[in-house]
Formats: sequence, C-alpha cells, structure tokens
Amino acid sequence: MSYIRTGIARPESGEDQGGLGSGPRHDPALAGVTLSVKGIAQLMPMFLRLDRDGRIVEVGSTLEKVLGENVSGQPMEKVFRVGRGWAPNGGFRGEPGHTMGDAQFEALPDPLRIGDWSALPGRRVYLGLTRHPDIQLRGVCVPLGSDADGVLLNLSFGIHLSDAVRRFALSDADFAPTDLAMELLYLQEAKAAVLGELRGLTTRLEAARAAAHDKAMTDALTGLANRRAFDFALGRSVAGVRHGGAPFAVAHLDLDHFKAVNDTLGHAAGDFILEQVSRILREETRQGDLAARVGGDEFILLLRSPVDPGAIEAMTQRIIGRLERPVTFEGRECRISGSFGVALSSQLEVLEAERLLAMADAALYRSKSAGRGCCSFAGDNALEA
Amino acid sequence: MHGLINKSIQCFLRDSYGTALWEAVARETGLDTVGFEAMLHYDDAVTERMIGAAAALKNRPRAALLEDLGAYLASVEGLRRLLRFGGGDYWDFLRSLDELPGRSLMALVDLELPELDLREDGGGHFSLVVSGKVPGWGAVMAGLLRAMADDYGALAVIEWEDSGREERIDVTLLEARYTDGRSFELARPQREEAPA
Repeated sequence: MSYIRTGIARPESGEDQGGLGSGPRHDPALAGVTLSVKGIAQLMPMFLRLDRDGRIVEVGSTLEKVLGENVSGQPMEKVFRVGRGWAPNGGFRGEPGHTMGDAQFEALPDPLRIGDWSALPGRRVYLGLTRHPDIQLRGVCVPLGSDADGVLLNLSFGIHLSDAVRRFALSDADFAPTDLAMELLYLQEAKAAVLGELRGLTTRLEAARAAAHDKAMTDALTGLANRRAFDFALGRSVAGVRHGGAPFAVAHLDLDHFKAVNDTLGHAAGDFILEQVSRILREETRQGDLAARVGGDEFILLLRSPVDPGAIEAMTQRIIGRLERPVTFEGRECRISGSFGVALSSQLEVLEAERLLAMADAALYRSKSAGRGCCSFAGDNALEA
Repeated sequence: MHGLINKSIQCFLRDSYGTALWEAVARETGLDTVGFEAMLHYDDAVTERMIGAAAALKNRPRAALLEDLGAYLASVEGLRRLLRFGGGDYWDFLRSLDELPGRSLMALVDLELPELDLREDGGGHFSLVVSGKVPGWGAVMAGLLRAMADDYGALAVIEWEDSGREERIDVTLLEARYTDGRSFELARPQREEAPA
C-alpha cells in the first residue's frame, strides 16, 4: 500500500495540541500519522497530487474515471487547463492585499510553487479538463510536508455536477459519503418534478380563466361579442380617440321582419336566422372590427379599421343584400332584412360613448322610417342626438 | 392532506383499476372526476373517504389496498428515481429511510410525510416504526419497501404489523445484491416524462 506523508514532524513547542488557532508560520502536522492513498481517495475521490515540478503523481478514483486514462507522470498542463487561482511563478501581484500595504501582504499565505505555477493554499483554484473544455473543476490545494513532497488538491465539479455525472456515468459510489452531490442531484430532480406540476397547474388555470372570460364576453347563441364586451371595447376606443388615437364608427343594425319569422316559424327558426346573421357580420367586417349582439335582434358593429363613410355605406349595403336573400329552414322559406344607423366618432367634438350610440340609434330610426332595408348616417350637426 | 398524496392515490386507482373505478370513487367521495391538483392542499377527511370508497368498491381490505399503493408509488419512474437517491444498494437505502421525510421537505416544504424511526438490530434485521397523522402509512411503506427491494435486486423479508399503538415494519435483509435489480443512472434521463 502506498502512503502520502502528510506532514513534517511536529514542531517542538509542546503547548499546541490541536493546531487550531495556530499562526500561519506554526502549522503542526497530525502527530505521527500517515494516510494511505486509498484512505485519501475515500475521503476525497477527486484528489490530485502534484509534485513540485507540476507533474501528476496520483489521482483519486473518481478523478481517474473523469480523466479516462492513466495520467501519472504527466505535466498538469497537459491534462488540465489552468484556470483562475493560479499565477505564473512570482505572480499574485494582482491579488488584493499585495498592493495594499505591508500589513495585508503579511496576511496572505505564502504561495505554493508547482512547476511553472503558483497557487495560494486554502484558496479556490480552478482546473479545466483539456478533453472536456466545458467542464471546469474547482478545488483547493495544500502543501504536503516539505516542498519536495509537492501539493495535494481536492477537486469538485461545482456547478458542472449534473453534466459530469452524465458525461462520466458516475454513481453514488463515486462520491464521498460526506459529499452533498447526491442531495443536489436529488433536489434537482425533485424540483424539476415540482416545477412540472406547477407548470401544469398554471396551464390548467389559464385555460379555465380564458374559458370563463370568453363565457363572460360572448353571446352564447351566436358566439359574437355580447353587450358587456361591446361596451368594454367601445370604452377603450373612446379613450383611444381622447388620447389622440384613430377615429372609429359604430353601425347599429336592427333586423327587419325577424319577429314575424320567430312568431310563425318558431324559436328554432329564429335562432337559425340569428346564427346566419352573425356569420354574415363576421364575414363582412374586417379584422380589428367587432361585431356584437346586443339584444334579441339587435347588433352593433364597432368599426375600428380606417373610417371611410363610403366604404361603410358599401359594407352595410352588402350586409343588407345578404340578409335579404331568403333562407330555408325545415322546408320553409324565411325572409328578413335589416336597417342600419351609423355614427362616426369624428362627428362629436367631445366624444362620449352614450352620445355616439344615441346618434347611431337616431340614424337607425330614420332608416326604419324610410322603409327599412337601408342605411342612414347620423347628421353632422348631431342635433338628432 | 397535501395534494401530491391525494393525486398519487388518484393515479394509483386510475392506473391500477381503470378510469371507471376512479370515477366511481370520485362520485362516492363527492369529488370532480378531474381529481386533485398536486400542488394544492385538501381536507384530510377527503383522503380517508377516497380510500374507504376504493376499498369498498374493490372489496379489498383497506390495508391491502394501501400496500398496493406503496408498491405502485415505487413503480412510478420519477418517484422510483428519487427513492434510489437514498443509497447505492438496498442496505444503504434502508439506512437512509429515516432521512426520507427530511429529503421530501427539501423538495416540498409543505409535504407532511409520516415520521420514520429506523432501528437496526444487527444481522440484517431492521425495524421501522411509522407514525403518521393518518393510520395506514405503515401498509403503504411496507408495499413500497417490498417494491424497492425488487428494484435494488435485494432479497428481503418484509413484514408489517399494526398493533393499534404503533405501525411497525420488520425487514430482514438476506442478500443486498441477490439479482441485478432495475438499472439506475444518476444522470437524469434526457427525455422528460410527461407529467401524469
């Protein structure tokens, strides 16, 4: 069995029993103790012993697995990429303390010389893996006995733990029982499961919220926006105009002869007609417009695309034309029509939703008086309102 | 009761006995058939009613049903993996059992599992005293330990006893590595399993 001599003989001062609290120049060895390489590997499966020339003497069992080959005798620069914590010999000028006066200089430990490099005992040092550039090991190094014995490093995977476990197919036995690696891996997996559940819960809640929202904002029969959704959208458009946003128009549609269909052919026919109407409105309005059913046979279009009275007129005529095409329900012909009243937001100097709707209403009334099946625009002076 | 436990029972009933049985249990218990959300909390009485309803519908003693639940839990891949983090072999796994509630708390601070008091009597004899808020955890643990013995490939005799005062499980480990058991890689499988 091979051994690593852990220290020089205890200094003479007999008072110091444990070594704790002793000064930097007074660091007693474990009295008369030698540790086997196997023992050290059990404590630190990722240990690395370097000689004073920077050559690898021994490595722990897990580190050996990671390196994938026998590296004894190789210079450390061949196997590792020297990272932070190392300085070329004579370095550490950049370390805080070294530039800040003698007192702090004193507080720094003496650098350990390892081949062409120096490292500070007890401080973090980093070594990348030459063969796996994305994995960097974090460690700490301590001197072994006299200078001639070299140094002992203990390394860990740090944040690269999961990658390393996968890459090198590590198992429970590759970690010291004191290592928290297993807890970390366990936690990572448990948290991922918990997160998955939470994500699922959030998705389900979001779907339920969206469904509840749709239910509150749409007309159950036709799927068009309901009065509530219309008022909300109108309010936003009004506020938009007040803040310099685009003008818009409202077109109030009242079906003609719908009551007759309902009364003579029944509610099923009436519902059928309403579904046809909503389909026509959906098809004839443009993206950005909103079609709402606001009463039994009453609809309002919120026209938010660029407002052009000529285009609106043409659109209402197309809609009326399609409404007037007779449809057959259970073998019987249904005939309806529709009357429009349109008001433009630009017609009001002080825009108010109520007044705009009243203007559209008045225009609709004029369409009805004029014999139905037509479209009227609110007068410019808005006196009707 | 933590939703995770209730949802586990729901999944157990659904996966072991079919959707129809679960729906019948849900109706008996007064639950929506959608069931539980794993990250919410529910009244303890709901859990008890659900187990009672399932035992009655399957005409199976409550304890036997709970043992099956334990075995089922150990077969759910995500959970099996978490359990396997307990130790490299069944021996280590047994010895880490009293850390199990603590481990669960690391992942879910509000998950209340029963207290597990492990005694090692030498010669491969272990006894585990299970004390939970709800009686029956002993049966669940017995089922789980049996399934995990198979998973590790260990040969063990596991007996369970409810004296009324305490629920105790006696484990006699005859051989820790009797078969190869099921494989377990420390690294998380690359392809995530879809949540149940």
